[in-house]
Amino acid sequence: MKVGTTRNREEVPFLKVTNLTKQFGGVRAVDTVSFDLNKGEILGVIGPNGSGKTTLVNLITGFVKPDAGKVFYQGKDITGMMPHRIADLGIARAFQMVKPFYQLPAFKNLIIPLFSPRVKRLAGGKYGDRDAIAIDLLEEVGFERDSFVPFKMASVLPHGYLKRMELALCLALRPELIILDELFSGLSMAEVASMLPIIEKLMSENLTIIMIEHRLRELFRISNRVIVLNYGKKIAEGLPKEVMESEEVKKAYLGSETE
Amino acid sequence: MEHRKERIDRGIKARTEDIYALFSYREMLYLLVPRAIPILVLFAVTLVVGVYWQKVLISTAVFALLALSWDLLTAAGMVSLGQALFFGVGAYLTGILNHYFKLSPLFTIPIATLGGGVVCTLLLLPVLRLRGIYFAMVTLALPLMLVRIIEATKIFGGTEGLSGLSGLPSTRFELYLSIIAVLAVLFFFRRLINTDYGLVLRGIRDNDRSVMRSGINIYWYKAQALFMASAVGAFAGALMTHVYMFVGMPVFEMDYSILPIASAVVGGMGTFAGPMLGAFILVPLSEALRGVGGLRIVIYGLFLVIFTVALPEGIFHYFQRKYHQFERWVKVEK
Repeated sequence: MKVGTTRNREEVPFLKVTNLTKQFGGVRAVDTVSFDLNKGEILGVIGPNGSGKTTLVNLITGFVKPDAGKVFYQGKDITGMMPHRIADLGIARAFQMVKPFYQLPAFKNLIIPLFSPRVKRLAGGKYGDRDAIAIDLLEEVGFERDSFVPFKMASVLPHGYLKRMELALCLALRPELIILDELFSGLSMAEVASMLPIIEKLMSENLTIIMIEHRLRELFRISNRVIVLNYGKKIAEGLPKEVMESEEVKKAYLGSETE
Repeated sequence: MEHRKERIDRGIKARTEDIYALFSYREMLYLLVPRAIPILVLFAVTLVVGVYWQKVLISTAVFALLALSWDLLTAAGMVSLGQALFFGVGAYLTGILNHYFKLSPLFTIPIATLGGGVVCTLLLLPVLRLRGIYFAMVTLALPLMLVRIIEATKIFGGTEGLSGLSGLPSTRFELYLSIIAVLAVLFFFRRLINTDYGLVLRGIRDNDRSVMRSGINIYWYKAQALFMASAVGAFAGALMTHVYMFVGMPVFEMDYSILPIASAVVGGMGTFAGPMLGAFILVPLSEALRGVGGLRIVIYGLFLVIFTVALPEGIFHYFQRKYHQFERWVKVEK
């Protein structure tokens, strides 16, 4: 809380979420969650399974309409907007369950975000060879450039590559805010280790990132601030260290894991 | 010792499906021949057959257009069970323009093509959000509803239909118009689907949520694909109306919905050339079986079943594979 409030006074926060609520049947998947996010910040979101992390992402990116609450992006109310309009504003989102275009070769997957109105607008009409840019992007996320991998059908790529491509699909949109929903899930330690430098490079480029993650060690290493969800409610917020020490968090999340 | 069939791609493909590296005229011929020969054969056939089979070829081309239209919709993730909607709307539009406004086919056909595209797109616009079987059910219901509306309200000639419409100059003109239309649509769709625009359409079928998060309005793209597909179907309907010089309730019949799908399944979905090939097999076959009499439908049905079981991928995919790959038997150590 401390870190957020001191910065808030200066200007409009980059992303402001207030009292966001979503109910599925009798379950409050997300229950009056509020937080602010400043430009260039890396926010970690943790919580046990079913605590509403992915629903929170769906609410921010417009895939699910909230029952109550507001989302402001750069001062603009984006609550309940269509997903493609939110993406058009520069919020890119990686899905936890990878969603590549399986019927297309890996590099052709990236043509779709590269063909979007946002990228066209940012490029000012002259964008050049999309195929070449797609292959550059794939190289950036760790595809071997001079191999057959970028040209293989997405349906035959291993999970590790699909996760990387999920990140590349976000980057292709030239986003200002990236929301990574468990980017590291299902990856081996070695694969995570090889992907961390890519995230760190994005951090150095002053990109704002929300990371949802179960791998706490990696998350705590890169995030500036962490919020903890449990049963849809935000139960803690603060520096990774503070959050680790909070009794409530230990009980709800970390405790149950170590027991 | 066991044997296994080994398949090797010919070296002409440069890494992906749509990029070729050509080094000689021989390689160019390798690509040109399978495209040029069927077209030449088709035109050769039109020169030798009599008037009856010319009429059959026109009707074949019309079904080929509907099959192409179906394949484009499928490529963009919309499964249509109601090609008769596009066909019927095009047919009635051209009939109305010709009967009530006395416009010549020179104007009615283009207007019905574009107008049919607009009308069908508007009719289906509210259900563009539906996917898979839900969208399919609506497309199935719409032509059935329209035909009952015409029957009940007796508009546009009611059950009698509109007869005495203007014809086209000659059967040969009708034939070449329909065949050129099929080839033009085939060429256009095949090019379109491999452009970046076409990639977006294929992306929608593959994973529409992923297209949304890429900042692309999928409903706008789906509406465009729907317009193109329904305009092609409406053209087919408009053409057929002027060939028969009549439009009536039969234009909404299930034949126009089911045969294009059967053509696509027999020919090979997703290739455009496949569904066209399927139509050029099924429609003449159905005509040829007329001599058999009562068992016609049974034989036709059996043929469909055998084809789907023996070649589930479709004729076109099968030949494409055979053409582009070497095959040989190799011994496998166990």
